[in-house]
Amino acid sequence: MSESIAKVKAPSEPLFSKKNRKLITDPLTDNNPVTVQVLGICSALAITVKIDTSLVMGLSVIFVTAIGNFVISALRNIMPPRIRIIVQLVVAAALVIIVNEILKAFLPDISEQLSVFVGLIITNCIIMGRFEAFAMANKPWPSFLDGIGNGLGYAGLLLIVGFFRELFGSGSLLGFKIFGSAIPGEEWGLYTMGYANNNLVILPPMALIIVGIIIWIQRSRNKNLQEEI
Amino acid sequence: MAINKESNTYTILFATIMVVVVGGILAFLSLSLKPMQEANGKIKKKMEILKALLTTEEFQTISRSNADAKYADYIKAEIVLDQSGKVIQEGKDAAFNVDIKSEYKDKNLPAVKRSFPMFIAEKNGKKLYVIPIIGKGLWGPIWGNVCIAEDKRSISGASFGHQGETPGLGAEISQGFFIDRWTKGDEKISDDNGDFTPFEVVKDGTGPNPTKIDGISGGTITSKGVEEMVNRCLVPYTIYFKSLK
Repeated sequence: MSESIAKVKAPSEPLFSKKNRKLITDPLTDNNPVTVQVLGICSALAITVKIDTSLVMGLSVIFVTAIGNFVISALRNIMPPRIRIIVQLVVAAALVIIVNEILKAFLPDISEQLSVFVGLIITNCIIMGRFEAFAMANKPWPSFLDGIGNGLGYAGLLLIVGFFRELFGSGSLLGFKIFGSAIPGEEWGLYTMGYANNNLVILPPMALIIVGIIIWIQRSRNKNLQEEI
Repeated sequence: MAINKESNTYTILFATIMVVVVGGILAFLSLSLKPMQEANGKIKKKMEILKALLTTEEFQTISRSNADAKYADYIKAEIVLDQSGKVIQEGKDAAFNVDIKSEYKDKNLPAVKRSFPMFIAEKNGKKLYVIPIIGKGLWGPIWGNVCIAEDKRSISGASFGHQGETPGLGAEISQGFFIDRWTKGDEKISDDNGDFTPFEVVKDGTGPNPTKIDGISGGTITSKGVEEMVNRCLVPYTIYFKSLK
C-alpha cells in the first residue's frame, strides 16, 4: 500500500470546503485506487463482464469504504492500538456481511452473479488501505468523504471496464441489445452482416488489458504519474 | 480521561463489547431479512423446475415476478415416491416442500427413508414429469431437474445448477449447450421393458445416443458428478413408471 496522505487538520471548516472536496475528486483521477495505487485489481477483473454487476459491486464498495472509514475514524481515539487491525477487520467484515445479506434479499439474481466476490470485498486492499492510512489519522467527516471518493474511484473504473466488456462481449449495454440480436433464426442489426461477439472480451484477461490501456492513457496525459527509469 | 489503552483489561473489554455489538447487529439483520431470502430461494426453485419443463424460447418469458403464476399454471400434481418407487405422499406442494438437498447431505438417513419428489405438469395437453436430482460436483453440491416426456422414457428437457464449480469448466453444466446434450440424442431413462438404463458421460465425442452424453472438457469431475447424480436419482422413478404401464 503506497499511499502518502498528510494529516488533514480541519478544526472548523465548512462541510464541503475545498480540502474536503478534494478528498472526493482526487481518487477519481490522479490518485485512483485501481489505476494509480493498483489496489483491488482482482475483483475488477472478475465482475466486470456486465455493467449491472459492476454497478452493484461499485455501490457495495462505496458503502463499505464510506461507512467503514467513518466508524474507524470515530473509534480511532478509543481503539486499543494492539488490536487495531483486528478491529478494522471486524468492521469491514460486518459491513460486507450486511451488504451481502441485503443483496440476497433484494437483488437475488445479481447476488448470484457476484457470488463470492461480495464476500471478498473484505480482502479488497482499498478498504484496509483507507482504514489504516486515512481513517486512523483523520476526523470522521473527512474520512467519510475519503471513503466515498475512493469507492467512487473504484466504481468508476469498474463501470468503464464493464462498459467495454458488455458492449463488445455481449453486444448490449445494461441488457439492451445495441448491436442487434444474435439468436439463430432471428438475427437483426449488425449480426446479419456477419458481426460476432468477441468471446475474448468476456474472459478475465481482457479486463486486465482494458485496465492496462486506461493506466497507459492516464499516465501519458499526466507526467506526474510516470515513474522515472 | 486517563485510560491506559495499552492495558490488557482495556483491550479485552474493548474487544468483548465490539464483538457483542457487531454480533447483535448482524443477528438482527439476518433474522429480519431471512423471510425474504427464503421467498427468493423458493422462486428460484420454481424457475429451475420450469426451465427443465419449457423450451429455451418459452423460458425466456419467465422472470422472478411471474414464476409463481406460471408454476401454478403448468404443475398439475405433485407426488413423492420412496426408494422402491411407491407413492408415499401426494397433493399440493407435497413434492415442492421436500428438501432433497438436506436429505442428501444427511449421511445418517438410511436409503429407504429418502424421498423422491416428482412434479407432474401439463403442457399443450401432454403430461410431462419433472424430477429434481441432487449430487456433488468438484467443489460443492450440484443439482438439477430432468423432464420426462409423456412416453415416461424420453428426456425432454433438463436444467442444472451448481454452488461453486469452476467458472468456464465445471460451471458450464448450467449452460444451454450442455443441457441440449440431454435431449438431442433421443436420451431415454429406461429400455423397452421399463428397466432403468444407466447413463454414461463420455469424453470421446460418441455423444448423442440414448444412454451417452458428451462431457465437458476440463470439467471431468463435475461431469462425472452429473453422471453419478442422474444414475442414482432416477432409478426409483423408472420403477414407478414401470408400475404404471
